[in-house]
Amino acid sequence: MIRSHVLICGGTGCTSSKSVEIKNAMEAEILANGLAEEVKVVMTGCFGLCALGPIMIIYPEGTFYSNVTVADAAEIVSEHLLKGRPVERLVYHEQKADVHHATSLSETAFYKKQKRVALRNCGVINPEEIDEYIAMDGYQALGKVLTEMTPDDVIQTILDSGLRGRGGGGFPTGLKWKFASGNRGNVVKYIGCNADEGDPGAFMDRSILEGDPHAVLEAMAIAGYAIGAEEGYIYVRAEYPIAIHRLEIAIKQAREYGLLGKDIFGTGFNFDIHLRFGAGAFVCGEETALMTSIEGNRGEPRPRPPFPAVKGLFGQPTILNNVETYANIPQIILKGVDWFRSMGTEKSKGTKVFALGGKIVNTGLVEVPMGTTLREVVEEIGGGIPNGKKFKAAQTGGPSGGCIPASLIDTPIDYDNLIAIGSMMGSGGLIVMDEDTCMVDLARFFLEFTVDESCGKCTPCRIGTKRLLEILDKIIAGNGELEDLDRLEELSNYIKSASLCGLGQTAPNPVLSTLRYFRDEYVAHIVDKKCPAGVCKSLLQFKIDQDKCIGCGMCAKNCPADAISRTDYIAPGHKLASFAIDTAKCVKCGACMEKCKPHAIYKD
Amino acid sequence: MKKTLTTVMFRGTKAQEEQLDAVIAKLKGTPGALMPVLQQAQEIYGYLPVEVQRMIALKMDVSIEEVYGVSTFYSQFVLNPKGEVAIAVCLGTACYVKGSGDILDKITQILGLPAGSTTPDGKYSLEATRCIGACGLAPVLTINNEVYGRLVPADMEGILAKYK
Repeated sequence: MIRSHVLICGGTGCTSSKSVEIKNAMEAEILANGLAEEVKVVMTGCFGLCALGPIMIIYPEGTFYSNVTVADAAEIVSEHLLKGRPVERLVYHEQKADVHHATSLSETAFYKKQKRVALRNCGVINPEEIDEYIAMDGYQALGKVLTEMTPDDVIQTILDSGLRGRGGGGFPTGLKWKFASGNRGNVVKYIGCNADEGDPGAFMDRSILEGDPHAVLEAMAIAGYAIGAEEGYIYVRAEYPIAIHRLEIAIKQAREYGLLGKDIFGTGFNFDIHLRFGAGAFVCGEETALMTSIEGNRGEPRPRPPFPAVKGLFGQPTILNNVETYANIPQIILKGVDWFRSMGTEKSKGTKVFALGGKIVNTGLVEVPMGTTLREVVEEIGGGIPNGKKFKAAQTGGPSGGCIPASLIDTPIDYDNLIAIGSMMGSGGLIVMDEDTCMVDLARFFLEFTVDESCGKCTPCRIGTKRLLEILDKIIAGNGELEDLDRLEELSNYIKSASLCGLGQTAPNPVLSTLRYFRDEYVAHIVDKKCPAGVCKSLLQFKIDQDKCIGCGMCAKNCPADAISRTDYIAPGHKLASFAIDTAKCVKCGACMEKCKPHAIYKD
Repeated sequence: MKKTLTTVMFRGTKAQEEQLDAVIAKLKGTPGALMPVLQQAQEIYGYLPVEVQRMIALKMDVSIEEVYGVSTFYSQFVLNPKGEVAIAVCLGTACYVKGSGDILDKITQILGLPAGSTTPDGKYSLEATRCIGACGLAPVLTINNEVYGRLVPADMEGILAKYK
């Protein structure tokens, strides 16, 4: 009889900090203590609170252990599992707020405002066991669709739900399905799943595939039934080995159970899924480029129309949806349109998963109803900015999106609001920046990325983004002119309107939005030749506060450029003469600042 | 993404070629087989020197230009062998805003090795990678398969010393 379940996160973040070794150590300790019959260790998907990983939750108590190490396994087994005493020092601090009883996890600030729909099974079930998915009503939606609904009913349900694509553009999913639904049974069609999550700093899709792969398989089969397709392809990044491994297991198990393959549920419906691995090209997140890549070619986009719904993969009608979009589908079928529409705003229904990263306390994965404000996400769920720094801006949509400044922190997040303020939903990366982030440098960072990732097919993107980057480099080097700001804007608008695919059409967004909200920072770089955040090296000088300098000489010893020498000045109360930096020789490596014990060196 | 051909001599073995033949025999004829073949060839050889690309072209009846076009398009395909100590610094956004650029500079300074290259003796290689998804540990780097997270530049001397 199992009396306790030990859930250990097997997501990429926690695995990187040795959660597999922790699982093995726990199992060894459990065996050694004769508890193998009573305690079950389960490796799950992501719990979301990656900042505190590796994470372990012990049920039925719901005790949340954070930053667990292999060395803690023995104590957790002997104290918690054997004697029933939680190991206090490892318990998540939010749970310890009340000394008399542990706060339930769903009541902690991180989880309280979340609503887990796409992530509902992540961190709950073992993703490598199909039975656990079935126990959570898995594959019931597929059964319902195949036995009780016509393909047109399915499409109508998805249309009515108001579900919009979670991969970036926000196109209504039901409409996409409808476009591809004609001529069922007479034409070969394909279902595609876009799991090529290239947006740097985003890991929503990976976590869903790692934590709940069957939900995606089930939804693809439902889509296949709706449009009349018998084959699906999942295009997943090769950089996601754990997700690929679990998908392979899931597909194998689903085939064994007859949930993929021929004559599913005895209804005569056939559907099977193939995996294809992306090879690290950001442009392959664009649907036509992704299909060209599955066909085995350089992943270059092509003009639309014809749209994939008419002429897609291998020249056949195809629908392509993102992982998170699919993860919503089985529940819309089971729980109904009204349930789904009860969440979100007027034009954006349901929830959205965000990958919180950057300068924020609770780095991790969160899922909130559409319309939640950025403030709630950053300050309440995210726990605010570390080290007492101030919130400066948040970047959504990665290299295709824009920044949201502090003045707009109360904006309810949905597709249309984000576009109105010059950003976009994107796939859900949400990077928080504090006062130490230079917005010009940030725009440059994203442009360097798009220049690198531009496939080169169309001129506005290939050459235009390069020219934008050159102008930004000039500004950062301290050689900018005010006219450059107009040039940036003019060129950005050309690139947006003339590029072939989504990559080029959105590439100037980081420049335009930082210009819109942080123009004064650009001006400071150009006119005052200063970087207010102290990031752009050409514009800052390392200096020694002569009254703080104790004259130890560590800085001069570590300077690779011999730029530091002793002066004649002895500060009051000090015995040795202080040092000074020759700014003409200084290479701005920062080695001196790192070694200075009394923190006398500063950037100006 | 710019790629340069390697100057390191090709040392492929007969056994590796047989593995590659088996892969091609299995995949040839399935639609879009070139990408999976290249991916598995890289598994076998560790990288894709022009010799391997030529073999693939011949055996799959496609032109070497087509193979080279695909192998240079995707960042996953590497034309240079990795060093014995393969260092990869994540330059994803989350890591970047937490200072991974400084970490990369520090390693370059210590090893005298610019990003994207391998030391002539094949001992160290350094690359800047896209997001590896361990954003909770930012800034992150990997050495071979070991992950190091929450780094500051001052940590680098100590970490690299372990791989001397």
